[in-house]
Amino acid sequence: MRNSVLALCAAAIAIPAFAAEIPLAERRSGYDFMSRETRTMQDDDTANPGMLWVLDGEALWKRKAGVADRACQDCHGDAGTSMKGVAARYPAFDAAHGRPVNLEQRVNACRVDRQKAPPLAHESRDLLALTAYVGRQSRGLPVAVPIDERTKPFLDAGRGTFFRRQGQLNLSCAQCHDDNWGKRLAGSVIPQGHPTGYPLYRLEWQGVGSLQRRLRNCIVGMRAQPYDFGAGEFVDLELYLMWRARGMKVETPGVRP
Amino acid sequence: MNKPNSRRNFLVAAGGLAAGIALPATVAAQMPGAPAATQEAIRRMVGTARINKGKVTLDLPALVDNGNAVSLAVRVDSPMTESEYVKAIHLFTEKNPQPDVASFHLGPRAGRASIATRIRLADSQAVIAICEMSDGSFWSGSANTVVTLAACLEEI
Amino acid sequence: MARALINVPAAAKRGEIIEIKALAQHNMETGYRRTQLGGLIPRDIIRQFVCTYNGVEVFRAEFHPAIAANPFIAFWTVAIESGTLAFTWTGDNGYSVNESKSISVG
Ligand code: HEC
Ligand code: HEC
Repeated sequence: MRNSVLALCAAAIAIPAFAAEIPLAERRSGYDFMSRETRTMQDDDTANPGMLWVLDGEALWKRKAGVADRACQDCHGDAGTSMKGVAARYPAFDAAHGRPVNLEQRVNACRVDRQKAPPLAHESRDLLALTAYVGRQSRGLPVAVPIDERTKPFLDAGRGTFFRRQGQLNLSCAQCHDDNWGKRLAGSVIPQGHPTGYPLYRLEWQGVGSLQRRLRNCIVGMRAQPYDFGAGEFVDLELYLMWRARGMKVETPGVRP
Repeated sequence: MNKPNSRRNFLVAAGGLAAGIALPATVAAQMPGAPAATQEAIRRMVGTARINKGKVTLDLPALVDNGNAVSLAVRVDSPMTESEYVKAIHLFTEKNPQPDVASFHLGPRAGRASIATRIRLADSQAVIAICEMSDGSFWSGSANTVVTLAACLEEI
Repeated sequence: MARALINVPAAAKRGEIIEIKALAQHNMETGYRRTQLGGLIPRDIIRQFVCTYNGVEVFRAEFHPAIAANPFIAFWTVAIESGTLAFTWTGDNGYSVNESKSISVG
């Protein structure tokens, strides 16, 4: 019922035909559009529920798993050193797959290849905990996904998805997040749609979720068919969003309404 | 709880109304705006005692991002000494399916009569804090808030 | 797994009023929500939180379903002596979690 409200409101926004990228200096994190109370929740580690997942991730980091009976820590040592800045440059090119992989896929690659353990399911508590813990080690660092001839085609594909009109509402991501950010939609302010806080605690979810879960919410709101978790299109879109947020600070674990 | 269901709210309100007929005049007279179910919940907590206005400050954002987790703080004007302190703070809502939210038991060892928590609000409404002092008196404070609905949800 | 996150200052002056913050991991299922098929999801909440200071109760709270998921609570206590602050959360379906923090008071 509430999504039909969203649809009506979206239809009511005066949407120009051409979307333009936001100038670098005008970019603002979703954090800036939140109430003071929600910002405080993110800022104070002892009040940020996302930290419960980070603590779980720390415990998992140290726990031996799989046939190899190795913990992440056995190979990577102190995450504060080895994982610093890692989340800020994902999705990153993976030679084995011949394409960029996101942090969830990268962690699962170690689960399967190095720990000889079954992969963790998308949005499972353990995968969210590990990615929140790894992501936390980059908090405050600038987003910097390296773009080279190997990643460029995937970046372009992600950009294409961002600007393409889709779904029953015939909307593109850019129409909301580039052209109408700051305006209200069904009571909430449209943010610029930056991926800087993930995985994050969303009050609506009453829990932590990944960037892809968040993107699925928008795609369903557009009345389009969401991609499967881990699909190439999704990773390309993530790559474009990270590139679009280059230089902005990682906030993991963020808090959003 | 975050998805208001008018039928369910109606039933709760109707149930409260029936119970409200037996309300002692004191609560009803002192909380004139509150729905019957809320008045009934307050009555269960304070009995027939008189509820004074004042001493209690309830901090609630005027506009809430999401009703699933609303930051709330209560401060009570009390010296918090061995002889004069806050015994308890009770929280109630007007439009949630159940009016009771929480009770906090303090004592002179708290040093400061102040608590903070996060609550769920099904809709825009008033929240009421009632404080019980060591001398047996009751004091109340309340605040109103507007709950906006989140966009881009999971389910259609 | 992390069940709770507690913040207590490690050291305080005698008589100082200190703030304690506690976050517990729990869905706080209200008992008012329905599944897609219409069945009521049973209530499953934390009902009580107790804080003791060297064995003496200094703060207690009772929760109803309107307390948000992953309950957060902040309150104050006077630092009277060195020792242990113990925290207990109990709730539906046998839920029970204990945590403690030490404080040195000089
Ligand atoms: C047996 C040793 C081993 C174990 C156990 C292991 N890893 Fe790795 N990990 C590696 C190696 C080696 C690399 C880099 C080479 C590669 O595989 O591409 C790596 C790479 C990574 C990267 C990418 C780093 C970057 O700079 O891009 C992440 C993230 C990571 N591991 C996380 C984890 C996590 C989380 C766990 C535990 C669930 C884990 N690893 C367990 C050996 C291990
Ligand atoms: C109809 C307008 C609309 C469209 C179209 C839309 N979004 Fe959103 N998006 C929103 C709103 C509104 C929010 C914030 C929702 C809230 O706070 O409840 C949001 C949130 C987000 C966020 C979270 C930002 C943060 O700070 O965590 C991301 C990322 C995002 N959108 C990406 C996208 C992408 C990618 C697309 C296209 C596939 C898209 N959105 C399409 C309106 C839209």
